[in-house]
Amino acid sequence: MTTWLYDGSFDGFLSAVFDLYWQKKTDVTIRKEQDHVKGLFENVIFMPTIMANADRVWAGLSKKLTEESLQQLFCCYLSELPGEEDHMVGFIRHVFAGGEGVTGDFGNKYVLHVAQLARKVHREKHRMEAFVRFQLTKDQIYYSLVSPDYNVLPLIARHFKERYADQYWIIYDERRRYGIYYNLDKVETIRLQFNAEYDPHYHTTGNVWAPEEELYQRLWNTYFKEANIAGRRNPRLQLQHMPRRYWKYLTEMRLG
Amino acid sequence: MERIQEKLAILADAAKYDASCASSGSNRKNESKGLGNAHPGMGICHSYTADGRCVSLLKILLTNVCIYDCAYCVSRRSNDIKRAAFTVQEVVDLTINFYRRNYIEGLFLSSGIFKDPDYTMERLVRVARKLRTEHNFNGYIHLKAIPGASDELMQEAGLYADRLSVNLELPTEAGLKLLAPEKNRPAMVKPIRFLQSEIIRLEDERKVLKTVPTFMPAGQSTQVIVGAAGESDMEIMHLASRFYKQFQLKRVYYSGYVPISNDTRLPALHSQVPLMRENRLYQADWLLRFYGFEPHELLNEGHPNLDTDVDPKLSWALRNLNSFPVDINKADKMLIARVPGIGMESVRKICSARMHGQLGWDQLKQMGVQLNKARYFITCKAGALERRDLTSEQIRQQLLAQSHSKWIKAHSPQLQLF
Repeated sequence: MTTWLYDGSFDGFLSAVFDLYWQKKTDVTIRKEQDHVKGLFENVIFMPTIMANADRVWAGLSKKLTEESLQQLFCCYLSELPGEEDHMVGFIRHVFAGGEGVTGDFGNKYVLHVAQLARKVHREKHRMEAFVRFQLTKDQIYYSLVSPDYNVLPLIARHFKERYADQYWIIYDERRRYGIYYNLDKVETIRLQFNAEYDPHYHTTGNVWAPEEELYQRLWNTYFKEANIAGRRNPRLQLQHMPRRYWKYLTEMRLG
Repeated sequence: MERIQEKLAILADAAKYDASCASSGSNRKNESKGLGNAHPGMGICHSYTADGRCVSLLKILLTNVCIYDCAYCVSRRSNDIKRAAFTVQEVVDLTINFYRRNYIEGLFLSSGIFKDPDYTMERLVRVARKLRTEHNFNGYIHLKAIPGASDELMQEAGLYADRLSVNLELPTEAGLKLLAPEKNRPAMVKPIRFLQSEIIRLEDERKVLKTVPTFMPAGQSTQVIVGAAGESDMEIMHLASRFYKQFQLKRVYYSGYVPISNDTRLPALHSQVPLMRENRLYQADWLLRFYGFEPHELLNEGHPNLDTDVDPKLSWALRNLNSFPVDINKADKMLIARVPGIGMESVRKICSARMHGQLGWDQLKQMGVQLNKARYFITCKAGALERRDLTSEQIRQQLLAQSHSKWIKAHSPQLQLF
């Protein structure tokens, strides 16, 4: 059994897929370099990312797949689930082997898996569009922290760019330690350095935030409390829609 | 500062009984580097209150001062509560600042009637106008259309709002006479009819003219209060169906009556909110709009109220066993949609997948079909899983025995002793 490692990028993965076909391999597993723990008798090879090869695979897929299906495959990559590469390879093989309309073939386990996982990733994307809470800094940047289950920042950038076209904003993924920043023109990837005593979640230090920020957070909390109807209490339903892992990032849940 | 917080508390509290929370179905792009947009596709729910309802819009009243005295309404004239009113600018500031922080999708502005309908409607319109023209705001705006206001104001409201709604309040005219004697049904239907005709007129214009203004792109909705005036589910669903057909309403909302007063005409103060009934009405509404059901199939003289134990589709299927079993690999799409335990998403997958090969139980399960329900009503590649000839009562009992619904526990009127 052979394992091929790639650098963790989507292009790295596609580039490895290219070699599967080029070298006519069927007994190879593809894994991210950073996730890999070596087995005892395992044969491990690092496959460098070759952009031209990645592009050729993507171009090949683009001929066979709709924009939506391509996006679904990319979503599987963004899920960052361990071993997900196996499903993606299975799917790609099925696509290249199959005829017209293979992506509607939900009787095939890879096709169904890709559709279902993409849906999960999409749901997380949708939640992030909902649960981002901006706080205005005194240099007029709307700043937000998140830590989504899947790596969805690449998927939400456009939504926020179109919506908040006239304000500077940052959405920072705490878990993956990178963020996206909109500078009124385009969205860039950034990394932030937090100093040790600074609490990134909220105003411990008054000199970071705009003076009106606290007022609007208070008003929002007031609104949130008053919108509740006591006679209909149903915390289970609340949790189902808004799992607890998101709460620490939500202004209205954090301050109670 | 303190005053604005107090006003917000009063006017959010009074607005929360309005069930509408939609923020989808519009189509307002942010092409001018302004603020916000409103999507045609899915709406976004930004938060969920402790009662499990979603928060997608800043839903507030402009004022809770009201000249009417409707028994079911907290803001009624005779109720001894604190009154407040926002200024136009206050509503605009709250909306913009909440929107910029991504708390909301937009504004849902309703109001008690101060002075008269025109005076009130004119202020609602002024808020929307200011947001759109002065702040370049493209987020969602839902305004309450006030019955009795002039057509000119309705027309202008439609130019700024994504959606307008008139509440029908109670499902029957008898109920309205009893609980809101100052209001009447024809006055409520008049603006609905006017707005509908404007939508059609502008659609026709759009076919010949290049520039026709956007006019309430997310359409109209309405709301009825359930369980306040003794109406049957049949009366409610037939009303809803009529309004969907006649006025192409986008949504009818059903709001389980929350007891707010000691009025003898109404359910007592400590009585339960009919949450289960409300839930079943929404399920039935869904069946009308997306599953091709007619109201009389679900509710009729012999069956005037929805079953609380089982969902309306299952209830219908059990009363119509002669329509089953349905062959998953051959049957028409809309027939499969009628099978309990199969939703529209599964229908789509099934119809797409069966072109590539016959489907069996495992694949159906993988696709998300609830086989525990569906298996009584379908056949597939492997033939019947459950072909003992069960009566509908037997199927019902089996399903109830295995269901451990969260609903039943959470909302059973029965006291739990242990």
